Amino acid sequence: MARRISSLLSRSFTSSSAALRPKGRSAGVGRGICKYSTAAAIEEPINPSVKVHYNQLLINGQFVDAASGKTFPTLDPRTGDVITHVAEGEAEDINRAVSAARKAFDDGPWPKMTAYERSRIMLRFADLLEKHNDEIAALETWDNGKPYEQSAKIEVPMLTRLFRYYAGWADKIHGLTIPVDGSLHVQTLHEPIGVAGQIIPWNFPLLMFGWKVGPALACGNTVVLKTAEQTPLSALYVSKLFHEAGLPPGVLNVVSGFGPTAGAALASHMEVDKLAFTGSTDTGKVILQLAAKSNLKPVTLELGGKSPFIVCEDADVDKAVEMAHFALFFNQGQCCCAGSRTFVHERVYDEFLEKAKARAVERVVGDPFKEGIEQGPQVDSDQFEKILGYIRSGIEGGATLEAGGERFGAKGYYIKPTVFSNVQDDMLIAKEEIFGPVQSILKFKDLDEVIRRSNASRYGLAAGVFTHNIDTANTLTRALRVGSVWINCFDVFDAAIPFGGYKMSGHGREKGIYSLSNYLQVKAVVTPLKNPAWL
Amino acid sequence: MATRRISSLLSRSFSASSAFFVSQGRKSGRGRSIHRFSTAAVLEEPITPPVQINYTQLLINGQFVDAASGKTFPTFDPRTGEEIAQIAEGEAEDVNRAVSAARKAFDEGPWPKMTPYERSRILLRFADLVEKHSNELAALETWNNGKPYEQAAKSELPLFVRLFHYYAGWADKIHGLTVPADGPYHVQTLHEPIGVAGQIIPWNFPLVMFAWKVGPALACGNTIVLKTAEQTPLTALYVAKLFHEAGLPPGVLNIVSGFGPTAGASLASHMDVDKLAFTGSTDTGKIVLELAAKSNLKPVTLELGGKSPFIVCEDADIDKAVELAHFALFFNQGQCCCAGSRTFVHERIYDEFLEKSKARAMKRIVGDPFKKGVEQGPQIDSEQFEKVLRYIRAGRESSATLECGGDRLGSKGYYIQPTVFSNVQDDMLIAKDEIFGPVQSILKYKDLDEVIHRANATRYGLAAGVFTKNVNTANTLSRALRVGTVWVNCFDVFDAGIPFGGYKMSGIGREKGIYSLNNYLQVKAVVTPLKNPAWL
Repeated sequence: MARRISSLLSRSFTSSSAALRPKGRSAGVGRGICKYSTAAAIEEPINPSVKVHYNQLLINGQFVDAASGKTFPTLDPRTGDVITHVAEGEAEDINRAVSAARKAFDDGPWPKMTAYERSRIMLRFADLLEKHNDEIAALETWDNGKPYEQSAKIEVPMLTRLFRYYAGWADKIHGLTIPVDGSLHVQTLHEPIGVAGQIIPWNFPLLMFGWKVGPALACGNTVVLKTAEQTPLSALYVSKLFHEAGLPPGVLNVVSGFGPTAGAALASHMEVDKLAFTGSTDTGKVILQLAAKSNLKPVTLELGGKSPFIVCEDADVDKAVEMAHFALFFNQGQCCCAGSRTFVHERVYDEFLEKAKARAVERVVGDPFKEGIEQGPQVDSDQFEKILGYIRSGIEGGATLEAGGERFGAKGYYIKPTVFSNVQDDMLIAKEEIFGPVQSILKFKDLDEVIRRSNASRYGLAAGVFTHNIDTANTLTRALRVGSVWINCFDVFDAAIPFGGYKMSGHGREKGIYSLSNYLQVKAVVTPLKNPAWL
Repeated sequence: MATRRISSLLSRSFSASSAFFVSQGRKSGRGRSIHRFSTAAVLEEPITPPVQINYTQLLINGQFVDAASGKTFPTFDPRTGEEIAQIAEGEAEDVNRAVSAARKAFDEGPWPKMTPYERSRILLRFADLVEKHSNELAALETWNNGKPYEQAAKSELPLFVRLFHYYAGWADKIHGLTVPADGPYHVQTLHEPIGVAGQIIPWNFPLVMFAWKVGPALACGNTIVLKTAEQTPLTALYVAKLFHEAGLPPGVLNIVSGFGPTAGASLASHMDVDKLAFTGSTDTGKIVLELAAKSNLKPVTLELGGKSPFIVCEDADIDKAVELAHFALFFNQGQCCCAGSRTFVHERIYDEFLEKSKARAMKRIVGDPFKKGVEQGPQIDSEQFEKVLRYIRAGRESSATLECGGDRLGSKGYYIQPTVFSNVQDDMLIAKDEIFGPVQSILKYKDLDEVIHRANATRYGLAAGVFTKNVNTANTLSRALRVGTVWVNCFDVFDAGIPFGGYKMSGIGREKGIYSLNNYLQVKAVVTPLKNPAWL
């Protein structure tokens, strides 16, 4: 059964025993002892209850080595140790994968199959996912570092839910018949585009797989998927299950590899008819240019964000603190829609700040395989260093460090839950996507001001609004230029709710009915109506 | 409203006029020598257009203003190559001014804040005004573009009016959805205007393209900076003036005349433009998309080139097929992105089809577009004129058979003889590139699988014509052709409700119809917990 990510909120995690003195340099503020659970990080890492079976490329239904024979290591973020070596796809492998996908599209059987048959295969796949839920979740946690409970109880069930959702769409792709001014019969066909290239990120490897592969296959396309080099494992595992469920060879090809080689080759490929990318705004711009320079394949982009979380003066402060904490810290802060600018009304600011700080200090950080852990390590050393760089910039920029502010433990990529207060709009930490456990709290006076400041960003992915007042909710909902407004909730990711960005946060919408148009071409068919007997 | 379809042109019978013209076809070894074209109109003095030019400046924030630089550029009469008027030449600074005005009209209102009904009323009043000034506008369009006045007055202006009536009706029917979720959540989507839309339109249908772009953008509540083609700046300025008379608030629609590399590029790369729509060549479309990607990632709709197949099946009524294939290619001097520029004819009827197509082309009446009964005016400008003649040379050199035409017509202006090539092979330049002129390429095929394969073997996928009586053949081809529009036993049917756009490198997105609205809307999902669900 699919559970909602926000259902995490309802759990009460107990903070563990060990105490740690923060190294915050703004010691002048006088807030001293913070608690973190270091127990798990200090102990030996728990052995994941899963083996790595698949580390090759999946092309035309077969696991194969890279053409070059190259491999790259994928690491355990808890330790930085190698989990396994994975075949490293490059341009030649992309060519092979695209050929397989092209053949499966042009010569069938995938788009020629009845939509009902496609639907059945997707449903069988969902059943297999459910059966292997815990192994898949363990693999996801091992490669990514996210809490196992989150993987096993939320993300893998949600992947299953997404494929059941899209299985239901497969036989409901309707065209229109169209009224015109004279005696003509006009209809539209909604056809699959062809070979879809899809590039997914490392923060939610399986969910992003579901968001991309689900609608593409439901609409009858074939796919070449490039996974993130940080997290290649779970996609290979589930793709194997997909073939067991009856997916014909060539319909879904998975190439592990790096952006500048495999990713770029996919984005500029002349035989790829559609591209979907989730990742940073800067990479998204490169991807779109590659598509423009090659064959003008249409591109869906789901990019960065700097989403405001607005706590209005009438808010229940305790609930707002918990929700704002969740909005930022969920998934180690590695969410494109993270509520990374916490705007708090001046009347409740001081109380909110104290409680937000206390909540961060209580956050349970440790080995993600351990029960009760809320926060695991960041995904890799690059991200880890980048976040620490932003924390330094926050301190140097004059924001007040309230909690955290440095690495946690001596091994792996753990970072202490970090809270900054007195954050100003022009500080780097208020403008750029940090993608880590760093909460920036900003003060506001009135609604017009917070609307203006919230919208003064190149991003427009999401926003949180916390208020009891329906007029405030309506005003903010309309005024915020973002693709998702969560009122008194956050990170609700139902399969049916469209997700995507305004402004430089992206193009197009994923999930819901809107996601289908990303993978469909519209063909108008017009013929004269010679003997209109009635209509 | 007596809206007529462009294809209704087909039903008219034009009578060939008297003058003869000896073709310069170099393949005289084939023994087809004397071709007929009406040159009468070309030889006479050009007819004086019954219209004055009142607007030549940029239209920014509801005011006609000079370019910031003070520069102007000449716009020409394609019948003679002579200057019609000097037009203010918009460049980056003017685009900045226009975007600021549009930004203000969007961010501070009144346009998106106005009720959709009020917007709808303004669009309707505008349509009425255009109808009232239809003949002057048609004359201006013909003068600047060279297309037959009858076509402008009887097809394109009514179509323009029809499009604004159509989009006026959409303004108050932009619905979001309520969305079922798995738990106690109330979920809805809002379909909101994107913001400032930059729109770049071509010269082949200046007014119709204006409507395809401006209609949906304004109906959805966006504001606009429109860059017209440097060849045809006049009619957009005229109608935009009427739009303001109809009550359009200042800043909602700004018109910048100018050139692609200056005005166009600065619009495409502008950081305060939220959306871009472009119609033109595939090569320019790629540049436009790159500029958007490099700047602020504004979403881009592209309507680009084509090399559309027109497939005549063996069961076709040959006379009708000839007429329709002729229309599909030669309409608007061949200057259509969706021109049926690869006429595939089944081998059993090929010879008869070819003879009749040639005869039809030779009867085509070319001349002063203001003259009654003229079917074909001049090409738009010297650049296009030379390009078309170069393709004709390429066709001859590649050993296609020149059946008729092949040369300029007259000695003044940009008239080209209706030209037909037979024995065209798929790998010839004239079968692969977009010629955008009155040059028909006829290709022979044997069976359906072959013609499907050949029809799809192109980087383009804009449209296709299919001529058959057999419903199975029609269905097979309709499905198999990878194109945005399939016209079965008709061509160039451009109803407001029918989506138009390309597969493959012919573009991204659809214009017209319900599909066009998405181009100008953002989707916002709004989610709130449902605390006390009493029933649902």
